[in-house]
Amino acid sequence: MISNKAKKEINSWVEKYPEGRQSSAVMEALKIVQSENGNSLTTELIQEVADYLDMPGIAAQEVATFYENYNHSPMAKNVIRVCHNISCMLNGSDELITHLESKTGVKTGEVTQDGNICVKKVECLGACVGAPMLQIDDKYYEHLTLEKVDAIIDGLKEGK
Amino acid sequence: MNEVCFKNIDKKEPWSLSTYEASGGYSVWRKILKGELSPENIIDELKASGLRGRGGAGFPTGLKWSFMPRNSDIQKYVVCNSDEGEPGTCKDRDILRFNPHSVIEGMAIGGYVMKASVGYNYIRGEFMEPFYRFEAALKEAYKTGLLGKNISGSSVSFDLYTHLGAGAYICGEETALIESLEGKKGQPRFKPPFPANVGLYGKPTTVNNTESFASVPEILAKGGKWFHDLGVKNSGGCKLFSVTGHVKRPANFEVPMGIPFKDLLDMAGGIRDGRKLKAVIPGGSSTPVLTADEALAMNMDYDSIENAGSMLGAGSVIVMDDSTCMVKTLTRLAHFYYDESCGQCTPCREGTGWLYRILKRIMDGDGKSGDLDLLNNVGSNILGNTICALGDAAAMPVESFLRNFSEEFEYYIENGKSMVKDNV
Ligand SMILES: Cc1cc2nc3c(=O)[nH]c(=O)nc-3n(C[C@H](O)[C@H](O)[C@H](O)COP(=O)(O)O)c2cc1C
Ligand code: FES
Repeated sequence: MISNKAKKEINSWVEKYPEGRQSSAVMEALKIVQSENGNSLTTELIQEVADYLDMPGIAAQEVATFYENYNHSPMAKNVIRVCHNISCMLNGSDELITHLESKTGVKTGEVTQDGNICVKKVECLGACVGAPMLQIDDKYYEHLTLEKVDAIIDGLKEGK
Repeated sequence: MNEVCFKNIDKKEPWSLSTYEASGGYSVWRKILKGELSPENIIDELKASGLRGRGGAGFPTGLKWSFMPRNSDIQKYVVCNSDEGEPGTCKDRDILRFNPHSVIEGMAIGGYVMKASVGYNYIRGEFMEPFYRFEAALKEAYKTGLLGKNISGSSVSFDLYTHLGAGAYICGEETALIESLEGKKGQPRFKPPFPANVGLYGKPTTVNNTESFASVPEILAKGGKWFHDLGVKNSGGCKLFSVTGHVKRPANFEVPMGIPFKDLLDMAGGIRDGRKLKAVIPGGSSTPVLTADEALAMNMDYDSIENAGSMLGAGSVIVMDDSTCMVKTLTRLAHFYYDESCGQCTPCREGTGWLYRILKRIMDGDGKSGDLDLLNNVGSNILGNTICALGDAAAMPVESFLRNFSEEFEYYIENGKSMVKDNV
């Protein structure tokens, strides 16, 4: 079920588009619903979003599977997105990723047993002057060193 | 340095309306609202300025704006492309964070010139800090009566909204971006028709890069000629260059077009750890790689970089020192394009996969003697055979890496390991 709070938030996006073009808000609507649902989407939720925006379910499904930022299986509470593209690679992102794997005890893409952390390798996040860098939620962490990464992970383990 | 988009970068709260206005911000927009500046006048100034699109293709902005059917009464749109996803590029993020009002004013001016009363700024989904900054600036602009309907009692109306992406490099391509704005998969459209005729919601639309819009107010405040003369022939003005990779002080530098690459490298502190320059990608990962000698002889303008064998692109200068394994670097880039191909055109969808798999097999020590020919062959079958330029963007690095660093690829195939001893 889409909560009333989520509906209100979705409406604030719908208002930005011309009348009858509410499906322009589908990308945000899916994000809002996903974050209410423990960071992942289900077919039913996607259909609900589609119904709410008066668009075909398949169209919302297409969007939900085309874009990177939607999850379709249970996701960790904290997703650590490490850039491994060129500028970050030249500045040691591979080493960082190996370190993160050994620190969390799981490979990239997998979720730790307590459901707390998942490390993902992602493409350029547009912060290459701060390489190597990573993203957690809305926040970028730049000019990383192994020590800085340790501090970040320890913070997440303590529940921030 | 720092004369246009980064003009206020060292000031206190450079993103605030008060800082922006204190340095002359919104003076052009206020003139327009008073009816003192005609659209024709603005287009002439922009043409004289030599401003070329900062999103990568370098199309003259004044000319692009003149293509819009401004005299027809149907709804039109201006769209800002803040999807910044080209590996090595990170300038638009800083414009949005540190000078959001220049983008708002630039878009509003564009709306006035092209008679588009509505604008959207498409910001990539990961750029949340820039998004909040931009939203805060929008709020300030509305509150001060700089945006809206019949602004300050004039006949000018302009409403501006943000739209967030959700993680897809292809949405930086302008027609994919339009599809995405409509709430669809980001798959590029066939051109023609061009967006200036059939764009967002089927209406005439102009898409410009963040830096392009952000440059407009200052150009009009100081005059097209002023901007033009900062740069060199065919490359007017100044431009933001993101210098990254193996340099001591990676950063965005706003410098006059045409400065020697050597000087830009010095500004970034030079190559770190006393190493030697090996290669440079001058315009973002989609542009051909150059050798150290080629790079050191070039200047940072469209023509000079083209003569050196590459492209200025988005001004994203990726610097590699002699510890760089070119096989590994190209493999990483190939993986990126394979990952980001939208899957619509067969040559791109299949070709990027082939490129990546062949390179991966070389990296795994299973390279075969014909692999380099095969790579070139796959690349040339993608080039020019796709709806959008992502295919070309995937193919061009391959051709240039193999041409300039062939011995490294041959060595890897023969020995199953990198020729670069201490490679990163
Ligand atoms: C695959 C691909 C990705 C692109 N990504 C971007 C981007 O992130 N930002 C951008 O401004 N232009 C990008 N472009 C270029 C746009 O299609 C378009 O030319 C540009 O936004 C026009 O603005 P300008 O004339 O001000 O440069 C991309 C093009 C392609 C083919
Ligand atoms: S390459 Fe890592 S942020 Fe751009």
